[in-house]
Amino acid sequence: MALAPAPATGRFARTAYVARKQRAEAIARAVFAAMAAAMVLPLLLIVGYLVWLAWPSLSPEFILDVPRRGMTDGGIWPAFVGTLYLVGLSLFVSTPIGVLAAVYLNEYARDSWFTRVVNLAVINLAGVPSIVHALFGLGAFVYAARFGYSILSAALTLAIMTLPVIIASTREALASVPMAFREACWNVGATRWQTIRAVVLPNSISGILTGVILQVSRAAGETAPIMFTGAVFYKSVARGDLFPYALNDQCMALSMHLYTLATQVPNVKESLPYATAVVLLGSVLLVNAAAITLRVFLRGRKKW
Amino acid sequence: MSPDPPRDTARSTRPHRPRWAVVGERALEALIRLSGVSAILFVAAIFFFVLREAAPILVSDEFSLVQFLFSTEWYPTSASNVRYGTFALTVGTLSVTALAMLLAVPFGLGAAVYLSEFCAPRVRETLKVTIELLSAIPSVVWGFIGLTVMSRLIVTTTGAPVGVGVLNGGVILALMSVPVIVSIGEDALKAVPDSYREAGIALGATRWQLVYRVLLPAARNGLLAAVLLGVGRAVGETMAVLMATGHAVHIPASLLDSVRTLTANIAAELGEAPAGSDHYRVLFLTGTLLFLITFAVNLTADFVVRGIRRK
Repeated sequence: MALAPAPATGRFARTAYVARKQRAEAIARAVFAAMAAAMVLPLLLIVGYLVWLAWPSLSPEFILDVPRRGMTDGGIWPAFVGTLYLVGLSLFVSTPIGVLAAVYLNEYARDSWFTRVVNLAVINLAGVPSIVHALFGLGAFVYAARFGYSILSAALTLAIMTLPVIIASTREALASVPMAFREACWNVGATRWQTIRAVVLPNSISGILTGVILQVSRAAGETAPIMFTGAVFYKSVARGDLFPYALNDQCMALSMHLYTLATQVPNVKESLPYATAVVLLGSVLLVNAAAITLRVFLRGRKKW
Repeated sequence: MSPDPPRDTARSTRPHRPRWAVVGERALEALIRLSGVSAILFVAAIFFFVLREAAPILVSDEFSLVQFLFSTEWYPTSASNVRYGTFALTVGTLSVTALAMLLAVPFGLGAAVYLSEFCAPRVRETLKVTIELLSAIPSVVWGFIGLTVMSRLIVTTTGAPVGVGVLNGGVILALMSVPVIVSIGEDALKAVPDSYREAGIALGATRWQLVYRVLLPAARNGLLAAVLLGVGRAVGETMAVLMATGHAVHIPASLLDSVRTLTANIAAELGEAPAGSDHYRVLFLTGTLLFLITFAVNLTADFVVRGIRRK
């Protein structure tokens, strides 16, 4: 859609009007480009600044070590492993439900008022503030279901939070499978479910996976929903212990630990909260980058 | 996959599917349907459980809904003069959200226009990945950035005694909601048929003329939805504003004043409120209020989007 440059001479000479509109075009382009750049710059500046301040504490030892001297020194292992627990358990719950819900919406549901209500519910579930999820988790899982303040309560709260996004991304992946694939399968006599299992899911699994991986980073970063349902300020864990928590234990979590270090603990070693932030941010961005790479790679391989 | 037909209606000699396969498939389809409606169940459950914890306060004699909504006095732990007025918190939420939108909407929509109309495909891909990464930064990290980097920046540039407040929270929230606005806004611009663009170019319009004469009016609804979803995100954001806005419960007089939002208030006080106390129930009532606000915002955004799709 590139515009042909206006010839400088002859019948189509640049009139004052054309010159003016081309100047406006150049200005608009520059302004919009600056606005777009204004979004990219913060990411680079912020990450750079955090890493710079965190540098004195950053090392593999920092991740593997436990907090020391009343959390003013040492590492973040209990929080790191706690986050792994929470994320793993919450996605273990939300992925099957989310994928099946998307299968229902994309493969089974007809265009009726009921489907529209389900869609609205998904959209609204995605828009519920995280602190309201926290209240729900407290009211439903901690008190009503009597799970208490535990990893289980916190993970279930996170699961419900990540569910709508998993539904949305899975649905997108399912919708990208061409209709002709399904029709071909139905025509050889397969039932709806056989078609889904043999044709639709294998052809969309990469998209589904990408969506789920993206939710790993989202669940890892959330603080409010776990703050009142199972995450605690401090929990004693052996250094490098991979299985320190039981399902009904409370646990530490990276996001919560960052909040604690930044606001609740006096006299923390200067670089400690920065290093915690960098580990959290780094893991989240790494997981996201992995998902994006996977998506680009698989999109390149797609044959239709 | 077996090539067998699902039902043997013709009574032919073709092999049957084993009974367990048919039953299994039925069961699985039931499970799929159940998962399908789970979103409705969960939204209803959230409303039910949050309201259930809040309900007893609504019927208690000392509590007045008018005071809850319109009083600026929030003294939940006072011994003699307990007051549960959330008006100052509502104003706090509104002021931070308004400032965030003031910054995020022009930048977000400008970036969306640049992405969809001006830039080369390769630049677009890079920018989109960056925006995705930007939206992945956890809110607690944003809050930490507000508390440390941004606050220091504000103190040194404005000479304010504290760096946390409306300005800090607003800037942080703006950075957080820009990715939402950009991606939805870009979708809205993409949804404008290419024939509109071609017609404009055929008439000799420059791309900027095309944008503000044709595309912005045509994509108006989608762009509005983008802004609304940005608002929804900003209103519901908790950790970032908890850390970046300071903690004073009052109506802010200036940009540098410290405020507290509805969300931050719950996060800050829920830990101290004994379960079942009036204070605890009022916090749940605030949650119900927040749920209803974001519900309304999201519903409106959805109706606005549906409006363009029908066209």
